[in-house]
Amino acid sequence: MATRTAYETGLEKFNRTNKVVNIFFNLIFIILALICVIPVVVVLSISFSSEASIRETGYHLLPVALSGEAYTYIVKQGAMILRALGVSALVTVAGTVLGVFLTTSMGYVLSRPAYKLKGFLTWVVFIPMVFNGGLVSSYFINTNLLGLKDSIWSLILPLAVSSFNVIICKTFFKSTIPDGLIESAEIDGASQLRIFFSIILPISLPVIATIGLFLCFAYWNDWFQSMLYIDNQNLYSLQALLNSLMSNVDALAKNAASMGVSYAVLVTTMPKESARMAVAILIVLPVAFAYPFFQKYFISGLTIGAVKG
Amino acid sequence: MSSKTEQQDKRKRLRSRWRKQDTELTLLALPTTIWYILFCFLPMFGIIIAFKNFRISGGFLSNVFNSPWVGFKNFEFLFKSNDAWIIIRNTIGYNIIFIVSGIVLPVLFAIMIGLLHSRKASKVYQTMMFLPYFLSWVVVSAVGWAFLSFDKGIVNQMLVSMGSDPVNWYMAPEYWPYLLVFLNIWKGLGYGMVIYLATITSLDSTYYEAAVIDGASIWQQTRFITLPMLKLVIVMMFILAVGRIFYTDFGLFYQVTRDSNSLFNVSTTIDVMVYKQLKTATVGMASAAAFVQSVLGCATILTANWIVRKIDPDSAMM
Repeated sequence: MATRTAYETGLEKFNRTNKVVNIFFNLIFIILALICVIPVVVVLSISFSSEASIRETGYHLLPVALSGEAYTYIVKQGAMILRALGVSALVTVAGTVLGVFLTTSMGYVLSRPAYKLKGFLTWVVFIPMVFNGGLVSSYFINTNLLGLKDSIWSLILPLAVSSFNVIICKTFFKSTIPDGLIESAEIDGASQLRIFFSIILPISLPVIATIGLFLCFAYWNDWFQSMLYIDNQNLYSLQALLNSLMSNVDALAKNAASMGVSYAVLVTTMPKESARMAVAILIVLPVAFAYPFFQKYFISGLTIGAVKG
Repeated sequence: MSSKTEQQDKRKRLRSRWRKQDTELTLLALPTTIWYILFCFLPMFGIIIAFKNFRISGGFLSNVFNSPWVGFKNFEFLFKSNDAWIIIRNTIGYNIIFIVSGIVLPVLFAIMIGLLHSRKASKVYQTMMFLPYFLSWVVVSAVGWAFLSFDKGIVNQMLVSMGSDPVNWYMAPEYWPYLLVFLNIWKGLGYGMVIYLATITSLDSTYYEAAVIDGASIWQQTRFITLPMLKLVIVMMFILAVGRIFYTDFGLFYQVTRDSNSLFNVSTTIDVMVYKQLKTATVGMASAAAFVQSVLGCATILTANWIVRKIDPDSAMM
């Protein structure tokens, strides 16, 4: 890896596109970037619009009448929203921890050249990449055989491992961890479990961060598992809640009404349209803040994955 | 001679002996292996439902064993149904457009963004364009609603202010092929660009140095160095995409269209059909469709890889 890239040598400075082309390219990218960001800004502005202004004049790029009523409603009345936030957070944390453990342990085992079952386990990981049982039989196995219907585990377990991640890990361990390190630990009498937990994991932070981030976003953004397996509203994640709000804005009021407030009063007083968008913002906000910081991990992770393993 | 084979035998025995560390490694791999058995391999056997008249009641295993075999009846129903043609056309048609646009555009924009003078500006654009990739389809569907809702949507307000009639977007199938293609590009462009850009920025500078000495223009460098070097990644992404030609992004076709019945002809793909039938508990056709999906999907990925290997062995995945 001693090769230098064109960027490191500063070579590209000597041989650039001319100014006009550069300005033209910049313009294209400004437009593209705006197309990517504006929709989120719109959702944000709707969530801060007053309910009356939405009822009268509809959605706008910028709020006609500023109001935080959707958010005060969430804090005061939104027991359901807060519970969904809790479910989302729990599923994301538990899933990520479990997934990182399952993925890295398998990746490490597959990276040991002398391991007897390496060939067999490689097939175990590889076959699901090209062939799967399909949605119908997965659904029946998970609900009828494993009993995951309406259980928080149905949001965590099925997403924990992906063969792609296992292969990223295996490639990483194989290419960056010197054999001598593991051999000397073996000579010192350390067991493989000990080597994995106290030597390999601590020095493998880059790949753990990559896998962890992939899993984090996957769990936080998942709505399909909820749609398949969860009927109980107490187990709704934020995504599932938004999903049900999109088809029925009154869902929140119904739920709040079951907690003792009159349904009729709630339906007339609660901010429905802006609350919907406020839930969307609740989902997007952590992601929007987190990912620019982690982008470099993603990029290095993607590059690791692109290397053939 | 005999001592040599003896030695080989000895080495073989040594190699095949099960050591303590093999036990430990097996223990370490056990949880993940169990996960694979439960969530990947068991469903593979469940695929026989496609050949049975499966009823959902009571235990799963007893159901699978006791349901009567019906041979290819489920497949017959599937392919004879009126919608079969529409569903297959949608699935494969959209995928072909997605594969082409999903390779050409990211490669084009990755090369362009690599040529920008300011590295800082390119970072900012990249970060902004990556954002849609991190939005879930439920959020995208809320965004879509903000723009396309009939009475409150921003697009209709703009149409009205320009003096045209508002359009009932969720009832108007003629616009959705374009909308779906646009949304797919919108969501995936930043991610695709990053993959190709990561490759471009890691290319060895000596190629460019040599080209500069030979007097190659920046366009010639792109044409003769950057593009050929990207080939490996492009081919890999192509194989992966072709292998999934019978699968579609369920969220795009189900969530974003809000499962509108008027859009059936342009938005129903195999995945949407399988999901809807699963939810209405008509399992026969759904399991047959899922079977077709996995078997043909497996066949296409192996075939694509085989063809690539014939043409260019280095680019093949397996």
